[in-house]
Amino acid sequence: MSQIFYPSTNTFSRLSIFGGIFIVAFLVWAWAELNESTYATRAKVPIQQPVPFSHEHHVGGLGIDCRYCHTSVENSSFANIPPTKTCMNCHSQIWNRAPMLEPVRESFRNDSSIRWIRVHDLPDYVYFNHSIHVAKGVGCTTCHGQVNKMPLMWQENSLQMSWCLDCHRHPERFVRPRSQVFSVNWQPPPNQVDMGRKLVKEYNIQSLTSCSTCHR
Amino acid sequence: MGEDPRDKSSIQPGRSAVIAPGHTFATVTDKISSIVLTRRTPLFWFVPFLIASGLLMVFLAAVGYLFARGVGIWGIRVPVMWGWAITNFVWWIGIGHAGTLISAILLLLRQSWRNSINRFAEAMTLFAVACAGMFPLLHLGRPWLFYWLFPYPNSMGVQPQFRSPLVWDVFAVSTYATVSAMFWFVGLIPDLATLRDRARNRWARATYGILAMGWRGAASHWQKYETASLLLAGLATPLVLSVHTVVSFDFTVAIVPGWHSTIFPPYFVAGAIYSGFAMVLVLAIPLRAMYGLEDLITMRHLDNMAKVMLATGQIVAYSYLFEAFIAWYSGNTYEMFAIWNRMTGPYAPTYWLLIFCNLVFPQLLWLKKIRTNIVWLFVMSLDVLLGMWLERYVIVVVSLHRDFLPSSWGIYSPTIWDVATFVGTIGLFFFLFFLFIRSMPMISIFEVRTLLPQAEVTEGIEK
Repeated sequence: MSQIFYPSTNTFSRLSIFGGIFIVAFLVWAWAELNESTYATRAKVPIQQPVPFSHEHHVGGLGIDCRYCHTSVENSSFANIPPTKTCMNCHSQIWNRAPMLEPVRESFRNDSSIRWIRVHDLPDYVYFNHSIHVAKGVGCTTCHGQVNKMPLMWQENSLQMSWCLDCHRHPERFVRPRSQVFSVNWQPPPNQVDMGRKLVKEYNIQSLTSCSTCHR
Repeated sequence: MGEDPRDKSSIQPGRSAVIAPGHTFATVTDKISSIVLTRRTPLFWFVPFLIASGLLMVFLAAVGYLFARGVGIWGIRVPVMWGWAITNFVWWIGIGHAGTLISAILLLLRQSWRNSINRFAEAMTLFAVACAGMFPLLHLGRPWLFYWLFPYPNSMGVQPQFRSPLVWDVFAVSTYATVSAMFWFVGLIPDLATLRDRARNRWARATYGILAMGWRGAASHWQKYETASLLLAGLATPLVLSVHTVVSFDFTVAIVPGWHSTIFPPYFVAGAIYSGFAMVLVLAIPLRAMYGLEDLITMRHLDNMAKVMLATGQIVAYSYLFEAFIAWYSGNTYEMFAIWNRMTGPYAPTYWLLIFCNLVFPQLLWLKKIRTNIVWLFVMSLDVLLGMWLERYVIVVVSLHRDFLPSSWGIYSPTIWDVATFVGTIGLFFFLFFLFIRSMPMISIFEVRTLLPQAEVTEGIEK
């Protein structure tokens, strides 16, 4: 009977064993990377809206406070998407003929909503409350990034659970004085951790990491 | 070989030989390899294989429906959230233990009779672990997220709870499956080479050739083989004890009366080996009859396995008695109630049937007449398999259905989907097993050859 395998098969089979391990390891690694990539999380991707509203212009340029539009952020779980009437407070007077703002005027005339696209969309199984975070010294920009530099809004962070837990496990690394919560230019000082520890004590910030804190 | 091998056969008076006299190296190889390579696939292979395939379809349907609708299709309701799924898990994983005991512990103890039964017993272990593994995964609720059981860097920023025995279970069972598979495969290599050399079909030669991994039977190969198989036996030996110990921790670490007991680990291990040997007998008795292997799997094997069953059965019986005694002796209301509820509560018939199957009926194994009668042995093995399933059912369901608070008591009954899933895994088991006996040598050729009188080495004596 003739040989079915050549001696070189030995080398090949040895290589295939090691190769198999590396291929499996590579696939696991690639999958983990993909899961955390901006492709999967949609972070840093500017979202096209029906009206190209610019936070850069309104917040950075004009200096409008976050709460002028997001009115309920201090006392509700939901920060609020402003109604068209809020836009019209100003835009009935200025830029009131700009073609770009026609959808806003149309919405005002017809008493219909502008269909804004939600940028920060948490899964439905997650409970999140803006008011408690704001009250305990978590600044807007800590999660939402520097919106005063975003011509179109994008999601700054991954919104993955590990990202939530980074802060819930170590709040001292992220908290700021309450007076600075709505400041868009605030940067953590060099002694953030020392200051953070003091604030954690002062504001009685609990490191809540049990499942039912968020998954109720 | 001029002389008649029967002259040198090592038959002790009053005891049948490990393998029947009259075999030579060639006849052993011929006999076992021909089942796979040359003999026509018999009808008694096709019929059970088709039945098993049908049951496998039932399993796939049950699992498909489970994926669509969730675990609510099973009978699990508060307070009995474990039900048949965990009963079946413990039962299947227990069955696997006999294979590992035969292949590893008996190898280290130099029990040469194991050589004719270790191959298919190890295959049984693998397939039983595969069936066992299904249940906790299907019971997860979202089985497709099963990989969350493992600690891996994930986007949730959380790791499994290492203080929970359920996590230990994941490691125990996956280690067990890996080591068993490796041990089985390493043991197959020399025989796969035999099949490669004897196969005439081109594809069979190539397939067995790849699986044989270049085995040429060189002395260096054998030396490496012996080292590897001893190492793997050493690795597998503690697993025989540890896996079911960890499984028993699933119960004992909880505080439910009827679960919270220090006797569980040894009692579970003994029970596992008990049911495992019963399954080996259930497989061996029809196999040897159908394929005419009575000369390789002799009455001596069946007798020895029956003795192991008898011994482990006594340990199990002792545990039952002491469970009841300690419950009374503890003076603890809940413990006493748990046992009393087992004996007289709504599930009393299952408890008494279990006592009959595991404790009373197997006492007949003391009689040599029963141990050497294949019909009796077969019935006895089925009885033990039933008894051990009932034992797990009683532990899981009866303990849970009435615990501390009478207001949270409830009654559990399985649904048709519980039954379909369980029967389906029996189908999966036999489907895999029949594929195995069709495509692999079900008895280790080279190890049986060492049992022949010709293989005996007499040192330093010139003839």
